[in-house]
Amino acid sequence: MTDNLRTIIIDGEEISVPQDYNLLQAVEAAGGEIPRFCYHERLSVAGNCRMGLVELVGAPKPVASCAFLVRDMRGGPNGEPPAMRTLSPLVKKAREGVMEFLLINHPLDCPICDQGGECDLQDQSVAYGRSGSRYAENKRAVEDKYMGPLIKTIMTRCIQCTRCVRFSTEIAGVPELGAIGRGEDMEITTYLEQAMTSELSGNVIDLCPVGALTSKPYAFNARPWELNKTETIDVMDALGANIRVDSRSGAVLRILPRIHDDVNEEWISDKTRFVWDGLGRQRLDRPYARKDGRLVPIQWDEALAMAAEKLSGDPARIGVIAGDLNDVEGLKAAKDLFDALGVTSIDARQDGAQIGARDGSAPRQSYLFNSTIAGIDQADAILIVGSNPRLESPVLNARIRQRWLNSDCQIAVIGEAADLTYPYEHLGTGPDTLAGLAKKRSGFIQTLKNAKRPMVILGAGALARPDGAQILRAAGELAKAVGAVSADWNGFNVLHAAASRVGALDLGFLPGEGGRDTNAILDAAAKGEVETVVLLGADEIDMERLGKAFVIYAGHHGDAGAQRADLILPSAAYTEKNGIYVNTEGRAQLALRAVFPKGEAKEDWAIFRALSARLNKTLPYDDLNALRASLIEANPVFGQIDYAPGADGAADFDPAQLGEAGAVSDAPFASPIRDFYLTNPIARASKTMGECSAVTAAARAELQAAE
Amino acid sequence: MSVRRLAAVQPDSFAFSKDSEAKIAFWMNKYPEERKASAVIPLLWIAQKQEGWVCEPAMREIAARCAMPYIRVYEVATFYTMFNLEPVGEHLIQVCGTTPCWLRGADGLKAVCEKRIGKKGRGNLSADGKFSWEEVECLGACSNAPMVQISNPYGDYYYEDLTPEALEAILNDLAAGKTVETGPVTRRHCSEPTEAKVKVLEDAALFDGSYAKPVTLPHSARAAAKPDGDRKSKPASGAAGSAKAAAEAPKKARDTAAKAKPAAKKPAAKKPAAKKPAAKKPAAKKKDG
Repeated sequence: MTDNLRTIIIDGEEISVPQDYNLLQAVEAAGGEIPRFCYHERLSVAGNCRMGLVELVGAPKPVASCAFLVRDMRGGPNGEPPAMRTLSPLVKKAREGVMEFLLINHPLDCPICDQGGECDLQDQSVAYGRSGSRYAENKRAVEDKYMGPLIKTIMTRCIQCTRCVRFSTEIAGVPELGAIGRGEDMEITTYLEQAMTSELSGNVIDLCPVGALTSKPYAFNARPWELNKTETIDVMDALGANIRVDSRSGAVLRILPRIHDDVNEEWISDKTRFVWDGLGRQRLDRPYARKDGRLVPIQWDEALAMAAEKLSGDPARIGVIAGDLNDVEGLKAAKDLFDALGVTSIDARQDGAQIGARDGSAPRQSYLFNSTIAGIDQADAILIVGSNPRLESPVLNARIRQRWLNSDCQIAVIGEAADLTYPYEHLGTGPDTLAGLAKKRSGFIQTLKNAKRPMVILGAGALARPDGAQILRAAGELAKAVGAVSADWNGFNVLHAAASRVGALDLGFLPGEGGRDTNAILDAAAKGEVETVVLLGADEIDMERLGKAFVIYAGHHGDAGAQRADLILPSAAYTEKNGIYVNTEGRAQLALRAVFPKGEAKEDWAIFRALSARLNKTLPYDDLNALRASLIEANPVFGQIDYAPGADGAADFDPAQLGEAGAVSDAPFASPIRDFYLTNPIARASKTMGECSAVTAAARAELQAAE
Repeated sequence: MSVRRLAAVQPDSFAFSKDSEAKIAFWMNKYPEERKASAVIPLLWIAQKQEGWVCEPAMREIAARCAMPYIRVYEVATFYTMFNLEPVGEHLIQVCGTTPCWLRGADGLKAVCEKRIGKKGRGNLSADGKFSWEEVECLGACSNAPMVQISNPYGDYYYEDLTPEALEAILNDLAAGKTVETGPVTRRHCSEPTEAKVKVLEDAALFDGSYAKPVTLPHSARAAAKPDGDRKSKPASGAAGSAKAAAEAPKKARDTAAKAKPAAKKPAAKKPAAKKPAAKKPAAKKKDG
């Protein structure tokens, strides 16, 4: 690395920077700042905004700092190190000229622009703009374009930086945006103004340096300086994207990504970004009980008494199913309570995935994304089994795409042949292909064997089947056969679809001795063997199978579970509580409360703490800190905030021992996600997500009709 | 230039003709499989020559053939003004209005077009649907100003040294389905001077080598070894032979051109044949030498 460094002079100061830095990066390394519109760290260099001009000593003209490498700089005539100036009069004049040209055609509508207050053009015009305009002619006007239900366009504001075009082409992998026309008439549009079909399209709103692309649902809602900003964690998928929740007077008004290079870089999916209007609809804001077939509002006191009465019966006749959005604290309190009551039929795998074990027989590596998300950047062969990562975790899928784009990484899929935004070898659709692959001698198995860092990604959908345990074994055996697990690399990965799943498995929120799992609870409820079923935000199960059981629903949205419930205990959504979520790579992350729970709703753990007192099994913690202490005592992983184990302990991990031996069926794999935009109760309550779903369905129908 | 948009009315489908397919095969063959997007401009051009304009289904068809997203073809088609995004007349007349042509009377040509065809604009067809016209910037034939380019399925040809009357005659002939000779409408053959006698390169001494003096590069090894000697006479004899041919050749070409002129009204396709003697010049020179 050291011989790759080069000493250059920036504004009279000597500094050593890597040769392959561009001048803009070099200046940043020296602590300076270069204004820019088109340059973005994670996109290719376009060099078309001309804002980042700098003066190279000896060069006749200013150069664009983003498109000039340190390697290409020329030294002085007497062997002096190459020098550049970023603050000279020439530079200032050049940038002022660029700014004046940009503003010629930019409308003066900042007072009605949603980007106001966080606009790059606004900020930089303070430094480089003139006090008045010398341009007396008419400004150019551009027709607004339709880009779908999420992105509002005011194209007259566009300064043609092409960041959005580069994002959709490079990161999102759906080349739908383009610049048509030329010169002054250049316009950004989608092909024939169709809606963008990317699950990551909302990121162009963040990328847009001006107010040309803004958020449609957020339009005219608030100014950035009015908002309370809370840095927290997303629960829409198992990635655990780092987000910032902006709220005002108790309402979440928008969600933006935070930068975390090991998790989501700086992208989030459209579901993460636009689900916030669902947080204000269909909310359970007070306890309800079913009386004479109708849900009527009741007081907490009555609700707790009712629940306590139902739960004090025979513990064998009680079943507990936890859903996908629960924080670890709520699950811990619930588990402690039901353990104390002697209830063994508890399960956090509402999809019926056959993974994890309460007795510790399943090592943690058996259900984690062990390579880590950042590890994808090192993989050289990836086999995706029974998963559609584009729907199950779009940001992770974009990372796989980046790896494919930037390296020779080979990718193959066993399962649905969906459009993943990168090409892959489709090996087959069912688990028989997976089992057969290990026996093959040529083809992709050889690629995996030759790879230094192979990855096998097993989707959540592949485990939620009757032969899930056998598929787990087959995938594990394959991982072992291709040498995917070594001391410093663990290439066996499970890609979960639910945010709460790994935390629940770490906690052991699983059937105890003689306990029933999700399917058994539902079967027993249908037969009448289980009389009381507690649903912790579990809405994605078949409510018909609950039979005549008394259903207690603890959750925050009036969805399928609440409709079936006989008693509703309202709880807090993910933006309304402090909680720990563990993402698919086993990274425990701390979510912070942005707003308070709605109405009389309480945090999940507090509900079970209160209930425990009614049942004379008072839980030994009175506040969140005590609960967390107890949590960390039970499993230290919850104390390791923002730590992903990765290959730790991989030397002792034998993937071939996972699951159960046995034959697998030949039923094709199916992704658990049929409609990306409507996977959880919050998304189903969101009007925006509903629109997205309708637009996607219409586009799909049109495509099928065309075929 | 203004914002270029797709035409409001588009055909339902597009298919390349057999002739076009042959041309496409030629162009696709030029590029390796993973670089076949390079053929997008030739393919757009072939589609335009077939239909007279580039329709939206054609863009999708081309995108499929070049393995590129629709939007990328759309970008190219809207970038280059040579692609017609709306139906144009069978004969699209592009009148150069840039300074040299304007000084030599382009306004008169525009008036003819306006009278004969109608309003300026590629998409504004004449009453019979055969013509449309537009004003363009310099087409690079300033020495033959004023001029127009007429694009039709048979090609894109220049008509030069025009007068309003000459342009009207051309338009009448095209409307009647006659072929019109391309190039200057005057007696000029190319862009040679119009004066009867111009003395240029006719002095035989220019070609006999008498002006040439042996050059001795300073410090060259060869110069040091052979200060003078046999190099002098040899090139001189060669030069004399070629000079004779060179002196004859322009005359020959002029004669041919003069002969070809009165024949006039030759089919456009045969035009290059008339130019051949000039092209043969070097060959003749070789034979003589």
